[in-house]
Amino acid sequence: MTAIALIDYGAGNLASVKKAFAAIGAEIFVPQGPEDIERASAVVVPGVGHFGATRVLAGAWADAIAARVGEGRPLLGICLGMQWLFEGSDEAPDCPGLGVVAGRCYRLGNGMRDNLKVPHVGWNSLELTRESALLDGVPPGAQVYFTHSFAAPISGYTLAVTEHGERFASIVQRANVAGVQFHPEKSGEAGLTLLRNFVRLC
Amino acid sequence: MSKRIIACLDVRDGRVVKGVNFQGLRAAGDPAELARRYNVEGIDELVILDITATLERRRALAETIRRVARELFIPLAVGGGIRGQDDATAAVEAGADKVSLNTAALADPTLITRLADRYGSQAVVVAIDAKRQGEGYRVYARSGQSDAGRDAIEWAREAEARGAGEILLTSIDRDGTKTGFDCALTGAVSSAVSIPVIASGGAGSLEHFGEVFTAGRADAALAASIFHFAETSVRALKMYLRHLGIPVRL
Repeated sequence: MTAIALIDYGAGNLASVKKAFAAIGAEIFVPQGPEDIERASAVVVPGVGHFGATRVLAGAWADAIAARVGEGRPLLGICLGMQWLFEGSDEAPDCPGLGVVAGRCYRLGNGMRDNLKVPHVGWNSLELTRESALLDGVPPGAQVYFTHSFAAPISGYTLAVTEHGERFASIVQRANVAGVQFHPEKSGEAGLTLLRNFVRLC
Repeated sequence: MSKRIIACLDVRDGRVVKGVNFQGLRAAGDPAELARRYNVEGIDELVILDITATLERRRALAETIRRVARELFIPLAVGGGIRGQDDATAAVEAGADKVSLNTAALADPTLITRLADRYGSQAVVVAIDAKRQGEGYRVYARSGQSDAGRDAIEWAREAEARGAGEILLTSIDRDGTKTGFDCALTGAVSSAVSIPVIASGGAGSLEHFGEVFTAGRADAALAASIFHFAETSVRALKMYLRHLGIPVRL
């Protein structure tokens, strides 16, 4: 029996993510070490807080996750977990990301109008820029829940764009690797739909 | 970004109650049932404010959080019963996404930083109960009972500097009166900090929400009784705000 590996690296609470996967009938487990990832049907990297928290993933964890992805298994990064898919972040310049998606995450706030605030906290809309099975049933303009200060750059891998003073990538996908800047486990029906689509790919 | 509409469940001994000026509580129902109803109506977030005073409070609160969080996939904040790190941990483990600190943060402001370091700033809300005094606003502790000896705007700035992710700002003068949010207070605090400010206290009509999002510069507005007693549906409120050109999630 295979299940989705939910990586616990101490960056925030996993309870909400576990609850959301349970609600859509997905089986998940929290690997005790990198070797447990070999038996995962897919990998989810959640996380909130500072990019420096991902430092513990560099090395054995990143290698094990990359190996499983190389075997074609899906990987989903959520919030900080999405930023970790990139090469790095200005939030912790010496801390490497997985580097599956090109580019670096940067702090929101350049060219902000006066009344916009960082962190970007709350519900905002998705402008869908590419088609993907991950987005089946997610309507254009769907609103989802964000809470972050750093954001990912727009590139050819961007599936959805969101605007908060500036436009940033709110969903990315490169082959079997995807990332969402928002919290699908806190985004009502739109978030659960996206998680269901991910589970279907596993 | 959308302006958030947040429903507050004031919970005592596992039941939702709502007072006027923090006194004279009247019963309003089962928290899980209300949470379900609000979720269907399109509420953006829920706050459980625990006003239980018994020794069994922590266990009772955890059970309430679990019951409310079970089928809810929107942000859930918990306050009222958070006296220190252990209470915060218990609330988070029971399913809270955010903890709201009030008296405990005034007594020991380092608690804000400790919780932000552990759970991230997005999980730490500092609740400020403010009362107009002369030209300014004073902070009150212990559910509005005692003057904390601080200026509301300075305390909001300090809370942000210590790692708070949001400010939940309640006007004691307006709470439960349905005479409208204190837009002057909300605007002053919102302009003083760069983190989101949730306005609370005084919601009585659709127009009050429109005012607090424009004149009050609020990022979110919280209300309790106006929703509990079905005087205003969340959906009708959002339709009204959209009509005014205020972005909402519908």
